[in-house]
Amino acid sequence: MDSVVASSVKAGQTQVARAGRRGCTPGPQAGRPVRRRLRFGVLPGFGLSMGYAVLYLGLLVLIPLATLPIKSTELGWIQFWDVVTAPGVLASYRLTFGASALAALVNLVFGFIVAWILVRYRFPGKKVVDSLVDLPFALPTAVAGIALTALYAGNGWLGAPLERWFGIKVAFTPLGIVIALIFIGLPFVVRTVQPVLEDIERELEEAAASLGAGRLQTFLRVLLPTVLPALLTGFALAFARSVGEYGSVVFIAGNMPMVSEIAPLLIISKLEQFDYAGAAAIATVMLMFSFALLFIINLLQWWQSRRGLGRAV
Amino acid sequence: MPQFSRVLVVAAVGALLAFGPLKSALSQSQTLLNVSYDPTRELYREINQHFIKDYQDRTGVDLTIRQSHGGSGRQARSVIDGLDADVVTLALAYDIDAIADRGVLPKDWQGRLAKNSSPYTSTIVFLVRKGNPKNLADWDDLIEEGVQVITPNPKTSGGARWNYLAAWAYELRRSGGDARKAAEFVGKLFRNVPVLDTGARGSTTTFVERGIGDVLLAWENEAFLALNELGPDKFDIVVPSLSILAEPPVTVVDRVVDRKGTRQAAQAYLEYLYTPEAQDIIGRHYYRPTNAEAAAKYAEQFPALELITVDEVFGGWRKAQQEHFADGGNFDQIYQPQR
Repeated sequence: MDSVVASSVKAGQTQVARAGRRGCTPGPQAGRPVRRRLRFGVLPGFGLSMGYAVLYLGLLVLIPLATLPIKSTELGWIQFWDVVTAPGVLASYRLTFGASALAALVNLVFGFIVAWILVRYRFPGKKVVDSLVDLPFALPTAVAGIALTALYAGNGWLGAPLERWFGIKVAFTPLGIVIALIFIGLPFVVRTVQPVLEDIERELEEAAASLGAGRLQTFLRVLLPTVLPALLTGFALAFARSVGEYGSVVFIAGNMPMVSEIAPLLIISKLEQFDYAGAAAIATVMLMFSFALLFIINLLQWWQSRRGLGRAV
Repeated sequence: MPQFSRVLVVAAVGALLAFGPLKSALSQSQTLLNVSYDPTRELYREINQHFIKDYQDRTGVDLTIRQSHGGSGRQARSVIDGLDADVVTLALAYDIDAIADRGVLPKDWQGRLAKNSSPYTSTIVFLVRKGNPKNLADWDDLIEEGVQVITPNPKTSGGARWNYLAAWAYELRRSGGDARKAAEFVGKLFRNVPVLDTGARGSTTTFVERGIGDVLLAWENEAFLALNELGPDKFDIVVPSLSILAEPPVTVVDRVVDRKGTRQAAQAYLEYLYTPEAQDIIGRHYYRPTNAEAAAKYAEQFPALELITVDEVFGGWRKAQQEHFADGGNFDQIYQPQR
């Protein structure tokens, strides 16, 4: 969850920066006061709030996470390597990160469409749909897992026709895992993209059209660059959430070793054997992977917003 | 979760410290925490009611007994992590051994109460669909092609370890002690398993609600429960020729009772489990009583079958755990890609 908090804060910043830029277009000739204000902020108390933030993050995020690598050092290098590269464990990394990436990609596309519809169109029941989007946030994930399993199992409402007419098995296969992860990841994309879409002025599209841009061109060169940072943030959040997901997945996955066993489940099964160090070792590897991926996504975002800035000035 | 429960316990202890003296001045009262495994919820609820009354009549002490249920391994871990359990009543001796390894109770705990510290026993049977359409009569029918077997994962479920060991023991007997044949047999059986749930209740749901599989390997008491709760018109119980004697053990957690001063009550509680009254409740909940009289009373409900023990066939739980369920053990090898 740490990374989730971090990136959503970042998304907030980019948005604020963007809005600021658009609001006071005059720019450089306004002179020094703007810069000074930006550097020191409007409100006093930087030291106090920074100290609070560091203490808070330290207690709640850094110290608990730091215990993981420390615990796993009980193993020693060779044993650590053996634990984290066992065939079953490697298969579970592939599954966890692969299914999470796939689910986040699906959410990227369809989450964007949902956000677009919610922002741009008026239709009866819009408010209801809008609140439905948040449900996966609120629902205990085990409930979601059981509901999805009941629905997609061979005798379920959706599972039965799928299996009979298309020969597709969803529950108790890796496909089921992807579906569960799409379910829990959806609100992350919608809720990060929505405010940015709301901020886009229609005049920009009209201007693009009047300057001779086609629909696709308007979308690709006017809309997409504006929402891309938010989309990336949404993707990162959905992905991070999926990597750590346990509750809903264990019900629908079937949990077959080498096929549908996710990494968090392996951590649990190590704990069941009282193998705390082994569990910490797998967790450490997942932590490093996740951190690297989130770092890359944040870099992309930073690069994207820099590029946007360059063009604007 | 252990952290959270620790906070709860700290809060509870704090409250006790604050109000304890006041309350004990009025009447003698104590609280016991029984940390148990999943399916015993209903059993201990009934036993607690009777014991509380019995104990008050004998000693005048007003007892409160709290219960905690969950996967046996996870419960043991909570106790290791500091959950203040006065007594543990778990699914297998290995989980209590793990607690003993941390010095919370003596390593020879299993000799402290009668019958290996197991007030009741149980075994593993087959639950099949009504009329037994695939004609499954014994373990060797389960490895046939096209038969789907439902069992939880032995790595995460205590009950599933009994399933696995029972199958192993069966083939070991049939092949005249050939461990390679037994490994092959269990491998074939687990390749017929389409879904490995993490716990016994999860597997029951998969079999009963999702309609997956031809046979569920289940605790005898769970099988009876499924039969009675969900309708005898849907399922049948099939008893194999040989199964395993599951001895869910109980013990007092010394470090906790000595600190809380509840040893006497905790000890009395566990001894109560062996009394005719408690044994009768045990039989009513489909566990096999160890008391001869109660066993005779419920004999009709339990089919006779040959039961082997973990100590006889596998040389005790520690050894079985190491050989079969530890990482890289026999169970893991079933799923290794064939080279």
